Amino acid sequence: MINLKINGIPVSVPEGSTILDAAKLANIRIPTLCYLKDVQCVGSCRMCLVEATGARGLVAACVYPVSEGMEVRTNTPRVRKSRKTTVELILSTHKKKCLSCVRSMNCELQKLALEYNAEEDRFGTDHDIDPVDDLSPSVVRDNSKCVLCTRCVAACNNQTIGVIGPQHRGYAKVIGSPYGVSLAHTSCVNCGQCVVACPVGALYEKSNVADVWGAIVNPEKHVVFFTAPSIKATLGEAFGLPVGTNVDGKMVSAIKQLGDVKCFNMDITADLTIMEEANELLQRIMQGGTTPMFTSCCPGWVKFAEHYYPELLPNLSTCKSPQEMFSAVLKTYYCEKNNIKPEDLYVVSVIPCTAKKFEITRDELGHYTDAAITTRELAKMIKEAGIDFANLPDGKYDTPFGDASGAGAIFGTTGGVMEAALRTAAYVLGGEGAPLEFKEVRGTRGIKEAEYSIGGSTVKVAVANGLGNARKVIEQIKSGEKQYTFVEIMACPGGCINGGGQPYVHDEIRNSIDLKAVRAQALYDSDSANKYRCSHETPAVKALYDEFFGKPLSHKAHELLHTTYHQRDKY
Amino acid sequence: MSELTFEGTPEQADALKRCIDEHRGEAGALMPVLHEAQNIYGYLPSEVQTVIADELNVPLAEVYGVATFYSQFTLNPKGKHKISVCLGTACYVKGSDKILEAVEKELGIKCGECTPDRKFSIDSCRCVGACGLAPVMIVDGEVYGKLTAGDVAGILDKYIQD
Repeated sequence: MINLKINGIPVSVPEGSTILDAAKLANIRIPTLCYLKDVQCVGSCRMCLVEATGARGLVAACVYPVSEGMEVRTNTPRVRKSRKTTVELILSTHKKKCLSCVRSMNCELQKLALEYNAEEDRFGTDHDIDPVDDLSPSVVRDNSKCVLCTRCVAACNNQTIGVIGPQHRGYAKVIGSPYGVSLAHTSCVNCGQCVVACPVGALYEKSNVADVWGAIVNPEKHVVFFTAPSIKATLGEAFGLPVGTNVDGKMVSAIKQLGDVKCFNMDITADLTIMEEANELLQRIMQGGTTPMFTSCCPGWVKFAEHYYPELLPNLSTCKSPQEMFSAVLKTYYCEKNNIKPEDLYVVSVIPCTAKKFEITRDELGHYTDAAITTRELAKMIKEAGIDFANLPDGKYDTPFGDASGAGAIFGTTGGVMEAALRTAAYVLGGEGAPLEFKEVRGTRGIKEAEYSIGGSTVKVAVANGLGNARKVIEQIKSGEKQYTFVEIMACPGGCINGGGQPYVHDEIRNSIDLKAVRAQALYDSDSANKYRCSHETPAVKALYDEFFGKPLSHKAHELLHTTYHQRDKY
Repeated sequence: MSELTFEGTPEQADALKRCIDEHRGEAGALMPVLHEAQNIYGYLPSEVQTVIADELNVPLAEVYGVATFYSQFTLNPKGKHKISVCLGTACYVKGSDKILEAVEKELGIKCGECTPDRKFSIDSCRCVGACGLAPVMIVDGEVYGKLTAGDVAGILDKYIQD
């Protein structure tokens, strides 16, 4: 252990720790900007400069290693002046249109500017920046707000996509894709990890809020919302509730107060996905189909496979994602049942994800979803409607798509789809008394492996979250090093609970808690409290098969609930 | 950004491949490979950057980032006649920016670019040690001094006739 003092407070930390690590232990806050836990640590923004004995100038706390007997000062006039100047220099090239910025009141730069009394015009502002790139259906880049921290670049590289990077030099430096092409024309998979890594308003989702408001006031339209499994675990954060608070009931009440709309539970089509996917898996195993089978509910992963591993497309489950299954069910079964013309039904999906915005534009999925809005966009609508979220009573989802199983709920976190599928597969093969919990596939580790004996046969599974980890698993499968029967992949680290459409969480919180684990716990708690634990128990799913689809993998199910994939270019 | 059609030969492709094979697996292979690629092709066309990215397994965005960071790399081919206008202090105060403007206007391309017929390319430089002749322009190594914007067309004519 290394002993040092920070602002006079003694701290002992393991060798190799940075000053920032040590300060955290001593409960001393050092501001950061380019540093983001699990994403980037390069020491380039100079916000975290501190005085340390033995060092000539100020040093960057996020990268500077501690040494025995070191004395660190984090709040001297010299340090404060340096930080203030750093913020002012950043502001000199920043488009300070803060009032209408998507990150206003939730911006890391704004917070630092306030804390250090920065003058926004100390160095003037004269900086011409490329126009906004809003051609992608998912992600908008406004470089006039960019602070060049490169957190987005690191997030993209961690995903092993790498379609953005710093280019040119000095004043001309910008973050973008090679030759200035739009993100829409690259092999970006729309995961949005760049968006949640961005400290300012330079990256945000392509908003569909105006479209949804338009549909709500249109008397011709029947508007239905459905919310993805992870939304209940994260929406509260946008209203100041602690990370990991389950706001299921308040969320439903809030949506119903937006206008004359219905609110359904997407956990139900997560259950429906499992019914199709588990049966598809069993069919592939028994009929000698292509294995390992990969999950297909994550649109970021699907596009990744299309660009980078087209040879694996036959291995992807043909199941549509829960979003697309729900929209197809609504525009057919629900419309028939309620005598609504499909063109009069306006389907809004609330998702934790920017890639789902791309997904709804895919021709092969039939364009059943009218708008896909992120958790952040829903929060914005709730605020715009003047709803007092924290004091809302708990509401109930509308029938017939209300109650779902706990298996559907855990779809929102890494390992959840796998566990849900295993529950149903175990039941199909083993009958009553089959195991319910598969804890080996839980947790936020990047890659998880397990082997189960289900109905007498051995099933080897792998779960990868984050596309860098997905790539590792795929390479091991391709080289023959590993063999699996079933592989779950979620593009975002931690799965949907850490999706690119989730509420912005400041670096300070992200750096101090395991955001992914805390959010996921809310889903596991909701699962264990649910009276239905398996997808096949969900009443609405049973009704859908009894009244409409017949049985899993039926002709009608194939028509509406399954899809195809196609190879895409890398450049 | 407009780029001229890529005209690589199989010999150039072989040379690039040999260079990449030599550096594959090395940490920091990108810089020496980009250097050699520029020697082979005279510039770094996007097609070549793509090959380098794929072969070295680095993102194209990183290749492009490095290629645009260092002024020694160029993304545009050089013309048969290479024009360089000095923007060093002495030339600049003598109005060399007007000379550069005149060259750009005459050839219809910007500094750093190459004409579509690949006959001319324009670059700027910083001081060639001929401050007494400021403002100065160099064409294929030949220095033209004490220029006015009006002289430019006449000088270029010689090379256009060529």
